[in-house]
Amino acid sequence: MGTDTTMRPSDATPATAAAAGPRGTRFGGFNGTVLGIELRRMLRNRRTIVFAMVLPAALLLSFSGQSGWRDRVGSGNVAAYVLISIALYGAALTAAAGGSMVAMERTTGWNRQLRLTPINPVAAILVKAMVALVMGACAIAVVYVVGAAQGKADMPVHLWFVCPLLTLVCTLTFAALGVFVGYIVPGENAMQIIGPGLALLSFLGGVFIPLDQYAASVREVAYWTPMYGVSEIARAPLTHELPWYAVVNAVAWFALFVAGAAWRMSRDTARA
Amino acid sequence: MATTSPHIARLAPDPSGHPAIDIVDVTKTFGDVHAVRGVDLAIEQGEIVAFLGPNGAGKSTTIDMILGLSEPTSGTVEVLGMSPRAAISHGYVSAVLQSGGLLRDITVRETVRYIGSLFPSSQPVDEVLAAAGITELADRRVGKCSGGEVQRLRFAIALLPDPRLLALDEPTTGMDVEGRRVFWNAIRRDAARGRTVLFATHYLEEADQYADRIVLMSHGRIVADGTGAQVKALAGGRTVRATLPHPDVDAIAAIAGVDSVEIRGEQVLIHSADSDAVARHLLTRTSARDIEITSEGLEQAFLNLTADHEGNG
Repeated sequence: MGTDTTMRPSDATPATAAAAGPRGTRFGGFNGTVLGIELRRMLRNRRTIVFAMVLPAALLLSFSGQSGWRDRVGSGNVAAYVLISIALYGAALTAAAGGSMVAMERTTGWNRQLRLTPINPVAAILVKAMVALVMGACAIAVVYVVGAAQGKADMPVHLWFVCPLLTLVCTLTFAALGVFVGYIVPGENAMQIIGPGLALLSFLGGVFIPLDQYAASVREVAYWTPMYGVSEIARAPLTHELPWYAVVNAVAWFALFVAGAAWRMSRDTARA
Repeated sequence: MATTSPHIARLAPDPSGHPAIDIVDVTKTFGDVHAVRGVDLAIEQGEIVAFLGPNGAGKSTTIDMILGLSEPTSGTVEVLGMSPRAAISHGYVSAVLQSGGLLRDITVRETVRYIGSLFPSSQPVDEVLAAAGITELADRRVGKCSGGEVQRLRFAIALLPDPRLLALDEPTTGMDVEGRRVFWNAIRRDAARGRTVLFATHYLEEADQYADRIVLMSHGRIVADGTGAQVKALAGGRTVRATLPHPDVDAIAAIAGVDSVEIRGEQVLIHSADSDAVARHLLTRTSARDIEITSEGLEQAFLNLTADHEGNG
């Protein structure tokens, strides 16, 4: 190749820098190129798209035949309650899938490759968190758009924005869960556990069916499961109900999963 | 972006000449395993050095420490007068690693863009693709590339920061003949402009052909350091094995060309550059029988070289 790759001293011309694309490590390597490629990776993954976008929307449509759909709940109706719940489920699943991908690529040595670049480890994790949030937001948006088109959900206009935002914050817990599980169950198998596992936890945590319809003994267990707290929080603006133990539940599981993910990640880094 | 580049542009190579690599009394242990047992090594800027040794010799561990991927248990490693991590942050050092995992679900070009965006200043994507000979693979998914193609992609990535030091761990693994040719041509072209290259290999031939200097490593130590010719002389030779009770070790060791004599019960193993002289001695002056002469692979030569340093340990 005849082009110039000589050892260049400090005279990198603006032209060269511009041709080379977006540059600069001002944010520790957090840049648009990386974010764009990471997002495209997620969108290319058919399994993620089915789990994150298609499945929750289909779930919402299939629930809509139920009786009592228009009964009042708090400041809205049951349809709105179900809408919020299913959006949470979809976003949690998407975030967990993204998290397990992080673990997978780290165990295959991608982080070693990144460590040969100036990227800051914190920036690397921030990129992943951003991607998880964007994908979670997409999953939520799909469910809300389908719900709005369906026209059965009824709640005050501001809740159409407040509830999805709360849901998005809650999905961070499941991004951390995904990282944690991804380390413990390496490779593609992580999603085989996370998929059914989250569905089970969602039923148990009262995401799909309100807990007061369960037997008391089941309810006692449900209060301790990770989906319970976040689902109560996501629906609180609608129901005007938020037991203190639901908040404790959400915070505790968030802390636990983040600690677990950080623990596995630091062990992994030490080994590299 | 362009306005910021003058501030973060790389410095000219230091004319006062820090060594490209300066390793002082470095050891590295993993639990009970002593991967590196006391290495001193200085490599000047512009040298092409082969790190030669069998698997498990400590080559990869040493390269990891040069790249700041792991910390020495004791001793110091400096790269261009600074810590390995600082040198990487400046884009002065890059590497092709055996174990560097790539993302399988993005394309070759996306991989290069991804890594390139992380450096303060990097070569244009198309240039490094061409230099590594993978322009026509640009839109292929990494997961669909062969081992040799992935290795060339790793090389393209390593060229991105236009490094002053390039460390290569078994760089041509999986490459076909054409791939090797393109690869080494690119390496030599850049080396001619002053880039320092350190590559690990277990092929004596590859080391001899492309390096100015060969550093021979075995069992975590440097056992030889010199030109290709010097190391080849060490690695040559044959082993003569014979049954000979109570041999006169001193007399055997005095034969021209003999560099080691080992007694195993009634067996004597003699390593020599001139096996004929040894055989003649054994047959005419001793009661030796069952004489076997074997020429040894490089692997065995390494073991012989190391045996002197290791004793029975």
